Amino acid sequence: MEGSIGLLGFGEGGWGPSIASGILVTVSLALATLPVGLVIGFFVALGKQSSEPSVKLAANMYTTIFRGLPELLTLFVVYFGAQIGIQKLALLLGYTGNIEINSFIAGMFALGVVFSSYASEVFLSAFRAIPKGQYEGGYAIGLSNGQTMRKVILPQLIRIALPGLANLWMILLKDTALVSAIGLADILRQTGVAARVTKHAFLFFGTACMIYLVLAILSSFVIDAIERRAARSGVKR
Amino acid sequence: MTESYLNARTPTTLRPPAPPKRWTKPRVIGHVLVGIWAALIIGLLFYLYTAWNPELIQKYGPTYWSGLKTTIGLVGSSIILGALISIPVALGRMSKNWFASSVAYAYVYFFRGTPLIAQVFLIYYGVGSFKTQLEAVGLWVFFREAWYCALVSFALNTAAYQAEILRGAIRSVSLGQWEGAASLGISKFVTFWKVILPQALIVALRPYGNEVILMIKGSAIVALITVYDLMGYTRLAYSRTFDFQAYLWAAIIYLILVEILRHIWDWMERRITRHLIR
Repeated sequence: MEGSIGLLGFGEGGWGPSIASGILVTVSLALATLPVGLVIGFFVALGKQSSEPSVKLAANMYTTIFRGLPELLTLFVVYFGAQIGIQKLALLLGYTGNIEINSFIAGMFALGVVFSSYASEVFLSAFRAIPKGQYEGGYAIGLSNGQTMRKVILPQLIRIALPGLANLWMILLKDTALVSAIGLADILRQTGVAARVTKHAFLFFGTACMIYLVLAILSSFVIDAIERRAARSGVKR
Repeated sequence: MTESYLNARTPTTLRPPAPPKRWTKPRVIGHVLVGIWAALIIGLLFYLYTAWNPELIQKYGPTYWSGLKTTIGLVGSSIILGALISIPVALGRMSKNWFASSVAYAYVYFFRGTPLIAQVFLIYYGVGSFKTQLEAVGLWVFFREAWYCALVSFALNTAAYQAEILRGAIRSVSLGQWEGAASLGISKFVTFWKVILPQALIVALRPYGNEVILMIKGSAIVALITVYDLMGYTRLAYSRTFDFQAYLWAAIIYLILVEILRHIWDWMERRITRHLIR
């Protein structure tokens, strides 16, 4: 038992610092992916509830593809595909050096795309929960299309979509573990290295699981606070 | 005469309504977006056509097929095993017994709160730490195989999700159904089996379908622990040939698999909710 505390600690021979840096990578990757996924997801949802069939078709194709592919495969396709694509592009421009794609950016992009396709469904059902009268009320007092969206619909939309988005955040947090497969030094990668070096696999992977669990619990506190805050600005019932 | 005729033409004649705009902004955007998708798909087909290599297909095609069979076998057996484990877990979650419900809650929280890939690694690499104990019980042969480790971790993981689905579905059936059956003198077990469960399963069908699809997608990670499923053979083919089409073919196969499942589920839902359509 004492040995395992030493292994996990920050002292000499302890893997604490490298695991802590892994936590930082995981959290920053998830936080960086979130806005990307939310913005794309919002616009895809807008497209899905459009009255124009071609917009709807394009948006539905997006979600069908990215919800049907395994996240790991999406990650590999983005990572290797972008590498090959950019290399070919550079070759056309006359550059022959070796180009490495940043695995953080690739992970952010792939996870953002997956997140957005699920988020679009959440936004879509939230859109459907807002009665038409809200739009009409907005137009009646002379707000433009964009203003109605920003000042009338969006505040309600966010409140309705929050529980679904909170769920997706938890999934995103777990999905970040996949980037260890393309070499990003996140929690799982760092604990994996420690496990291989020290041969205490159960200890280190168990620690990784516990860290993810703590991150999930911490985020549920934050989400609760946000939900309370959002409910405060809503109509009192 | 002419004057009165002119007067008769009142200035209030309305202009005919403007013809509907043919190319509104959303329409243009939509066509551009569909055009981009079409271009991407045609580009993909063109790439696969030019990169078509009979030698490669002959060599790796059969491996993809066997990988697909491994994927389906692994997911199918872990879903069934998980369904069996989920029953006591769901019962524990609904139990009034403090101990049983907290144990079940902890189980569900752990498996839903940690990444599946971390669980797979924990079991696959972690069992090595207990080699001597496992050898003593005779389970080492079982855990030595990556496939069985994947099966165990998948089954435990999906059991947690399925338990929540089951619990939610049983809760969704109103209490009046229990009371109605009780007033007819039907025993609790028969009530559950013949009254509650059929109604609960209608509610649970869609989440179960989502869970199966999530498992199919999630099963790709077993490639990282040396199980040769579809993803595993894809990685193998890519690492040997550095031909990007390896990944594209896998993407197409996964997409088709998921779409087939989705349509089967839509069909099943239509079939079992026939009596609800008025």
